[in-house]
Amino acid sequence: MKSVNIIGAGISGLCAAIELARKNIASNLISSMPSERAQSVLAEGGINAVLDTMGEHDSLEEHFSDTMKGGVYLEDPVAVRDLVSSAPDIVHTLSSLGVPFHTQDGKIIQRNFGGQKKKRTAYAKSSTGKMIMTALIDQVRMYESEGLVRRYPHHVLSRLDVRNGALISVTVNDLWSSKSICFSGPCILCTGGLNGLFSPNTTGTVLNTGNAAAIAFSSGVIFSNLEFIQFHPTTVEISGKRMLISEAARGEGARLFTYIDGKKSYFMEEKYPELGNLMPRDVISREMALLEREKHISKFYLDTSVIKEHVWDEKLSDMRKEIISHLNLDPAKNPIPVSPGIHYFMGGLRVDNNHETNIKGLFAAGEAACKYHGANRLGGNSMLGAFYGGMVAGRNAAKQASNVKIKEGTYEDECLENSLGSDELSKILFSGLKIIRDEETMLRCLGKIDDLITSYTPDSIDRKRALLGYAFLESALSRKESRGSHYRLDYPHPHDDFRKRSCAFIEKGKVKITFEDLEVHT
Amino acid sequence: MKYTLRIYRKKRSSDERYWQDFIYESTDENETVANALTKIDVKWECSCMQEKCGACAMIINNTPSLACGYKLSRCKNGICKLEPLRKFPVVCDLIVDRSILHENLKTMKIWLRQDADFEKDKDSLYRELAYESSECIQCGLCLEVCPNFYLGGDFFGASTVPLTLRLLSESDRENFIENAKLYVKHEFEGCGKSFACKAICPRHIDTERMMVKLNRVAVWKRRK
Repeated sequence: MKSVNIIGAGISGLCAAIELARKNIASNLISSMPSERAQSVLAEGGINAVLDTMGEHDSLEEHFSDTMKGGVYLEDPVAVRDLVSSAPDIVHTLSSLGVPFHTQDGKIIQRNFGGQKKKRTAYAKSSTGKMIMTALIDQVRMYESEGLVRRYPHHVLSRLDVRNGALISVTVNDLWSSKSICFSGPCILCTGGLNGLFSPNTTGTVLNTGNAAAIAFSSGVIFSNLEFIQFHPTTVEISGKRMLISEAARGEGARLFTYIDGKKSYFMEEKYPELGNLMPRDVISREMALLEREKHISKFYLDTSVIKEHVWDEKLSDMRKEIISHLNLDPAKNPIPVSPGIHYFMGGLRVDNNHETNIKGLFAAGEAACKYHGANRLGGNSMLGAFYGGMVAGRNAAKQASNVKIKEGTYEDECLENSLGSDELSKILFSGLKIIRDEETMLRCLGKIDDLITSYTPDSIDRKRALLGYAFLESALSRKESRGSHYRLDYPHPHDDFRKRSCAFIEKGKVKITFEDLEVHT
Repeated sequence: MKYTLRIYRKKRSSDERYWQDFIYESTDENETVANALTKIDVKWECSCMQEKCGACAMIINNTPSLACGYKLSRCKNGICKLEPLRKFPVVCDLIVDRSILHENLKTMKIWLRQDADFEKDKDSLYRELAYESSECIQCGLCLEVCPNFYLGGDFFGASTVPLTLRLLSESDRENFIENAKLYVKHEFEGCGKSFACKAICPRHIDTERMMVKLNRVAVWKRRK
């Protein structure tokens, strides 16, 4: 039977598997843990689609223009048009799979989200990702029973065999034994964001180590827009990570404030009266970082007093429980102390409109890929991009599906863990790639990573991770402008010359950066 | 504050088990067992670190728990005793093989046979139930505390109950017939009604209420 290999079993991996199964093509669904542990279950606020159920005359054109504007015009417009046009069908598909979206009088209710003037975000309380994952896992289980999806849990990517620009095979290691498996044929990487390179300063899971991406980078895959890292303005530190306070709170009226010269200031509302607390995430986080830098303000709060008790119960009950559990604070009664934290990577594997990378037969989707979010992703577009990308990647990988050959072997180092790599790399990257950046700091960090690279043995996973880390910094240094989440003190404004996609790749053992037009491959 | 992390280890599934103490100094009163485990060299599973994924289920001071929801400050006399779940085969240290959870869901044929139709469904009770049942994280703590569940038995325990209810809340009667039979065989008949599952669930899923709903349709053949 013809098959495709999928690595990663979150929303995009599951969607790719479903798309393939519907075409009667089997998939080998490989993941380090079962789907219930994937980062997609953490997604909270909702999914954007023009359903126009709120009497606001919403339109596809507005979803398109809000997404382009939010991403500061660095997205491929053709791809974004396809994405937003597919969104209503995607939400209806999810609804038919049993996602309990909030409804009223038979219609899906939508909420406000950042960077959008219309209510466009469909939601299931504040656990939309978990609800979507449960529905998709159930659907994939049906295909598992039919033999159309073969799961390989507790396996991680260890090698991509690329020859003459085409993928020959992928090798994965079993974390529970010393067995390895080599699969021939096309592969879709759905391995999520690059949290592991910035651990423990992200809101994501520790499962997303960045190892698969590092292996891909060292195997010749081009990465785009790595310099764009989303800091979510409302996160809190909890033991071992940062926890997200969903934008849904601000969608329901919560207000950011701080104290400037002893006086309470709703700083976003004062500076941006139109969208206020619902400005795109990059803008809010930057305002907070600038206040910290210029006025030495380090304490920010989310005033939730405006949210009524029934709204907490009906729409935000999970969030409230979580905050009480982790912060010993009831958000319905007290303001929540918040600060920006790394939440999403707009950059990733560069893919064309078929979601294929520069390596023939290697596809990518979800947060692992760079496609729809430009210089800053809008809230609610992440799960949409993951679902749509998984579907498109599945559809196009199907055309290259082959009779997969499976070869079993062993690997030497007793792995038994999903390596998080060195803390040192994360520390360097986090200090060089903050919300506010400058050349001097980034160059200093680049030097430190160079030292790390030379200290590691060739072909080690640590060296591959460090090379990808180098590409992050080199991409940020090469973009001599400020745009979206990339803000440089030495180049504080956007520049038309840089309305291009950065491309990082390895040439003769060195990291290179080039810039390409946005619609270079449609 | 100094803690002793006393861990029941086993380097490979074929090895003998042994206890090993790690002295761990914590400066944060909110620090969780999960965070402490990231600092020492033992094998365990973790992912979300905020009680939403179920990866880090283990026995902490004799109580089945999620390590990311258990604060070190709860440990009396600074002793934190960690063991792998006992109902599942140990892979290594604190990692157990919970694949039976997924196998049982397959045996129970947990998938929708028709399109769900929420947009037309005016009964918000069932939407609430679908929501609550979709929250199950398949951590296995309910099976760990169940007096009736054992590996390989016909009784599947509470871990299949929420998703069976999800099907009921989203299906019409005809499409639920096969699931109803499987529910009676693998859930209803073996359950001794201790509902220890309800008390332990880290997502606070009310398995008792769910079984009442399921019994009404699957056992007593009433309308849903």
